Amino acid sequence: MNQQRRSILKYSAVFGLMASTGLISLAQAEEWNKAAFEGKSLDDVFKILGAGSPDKSGAITLNAPDIAENGAVVPVGMTTSLKAEQMAILVEKNPSSLAAQFFIPAGTEPFITTRIKMGQTSNIYALVKADGKWSMAVKEVKVTLGGCGG
Amino acid sequence: MSDPMRVRAAENGGIVDVKILMKHDMESGQRKDAAGKLVPAWHITTVNVKANGRDVLNGQFGPAVSKDPFLNFKYKGAKGDKIVVSWVDNKGDKRTDEATAS
Repeated sequence: MNQQRRSILKYSAVFGLMASTGLISLAQAEEWNKAAFEGKSLDDVFKILGAGSPDKSGAITLNAPDIAENGAVVPVGMTTSLKAEQMAILVEKNPSSLAAQFFIPAGTEPFITTRIKMGQTSNIYALVKADGKWSMAVKEVKVTLGGCGG
Repeated sequence: MSDPMRVRAAENGGIVDVKILMKHDMESGQRKDAAGKLVPAWHITTVNVKANGRDVLNGQFGPAVSKDPFLNFKYKGAKGDKIVVSWVDNKGDKRTDEATAS
């Protein structure tokens, strides 16, 4: 086995441990989480974020249209009464599920609005991490014109 | 060099409402050009917003964020806060713009 592979393995083990203990939350915020954005399915992304299988929560409000005429620009907003540390927006049927992830420092409201692309009609998931635990809200958005291919 | 962002920040009752419009193509990596070749993904990866030098928001974008990304969020602040927004894309391009909370 070659040396480089060994050290990568070792590095990722340490990194994983730090992530699980929350030591790298700051570094995490500044470094683009490539693995999470390349996760194809919801489960992939949940696993990479360490979310497990998040519970649905009524404390999270996900604002998105019922029908989006143009999948290239779908306005999505989320807010919560939980003390959110992280918020993420996922689209189930996009080629990569994770659209955007936000780190909310103390003093910032757990409120985000942005615009995302959707390839086709799909469920949108709003994930919130509060007190170390992930929860979510789900909404289906029908897309008449896809915004990914073309 | 990329085009400037538009940053608006308005204070109301101790809460500053920040609206940011970034200028970026946000190429998804799924689209094909006229010759049928995939156009490689080119999108903003990280966004950082500081108010008076303190982080108020860190964001990470995938290619599924719309062209010319829009962001709206709120933090506890005051009139006159100096807001600095910077982004980095997956080709290493950077852009920083400033605004003052009104």
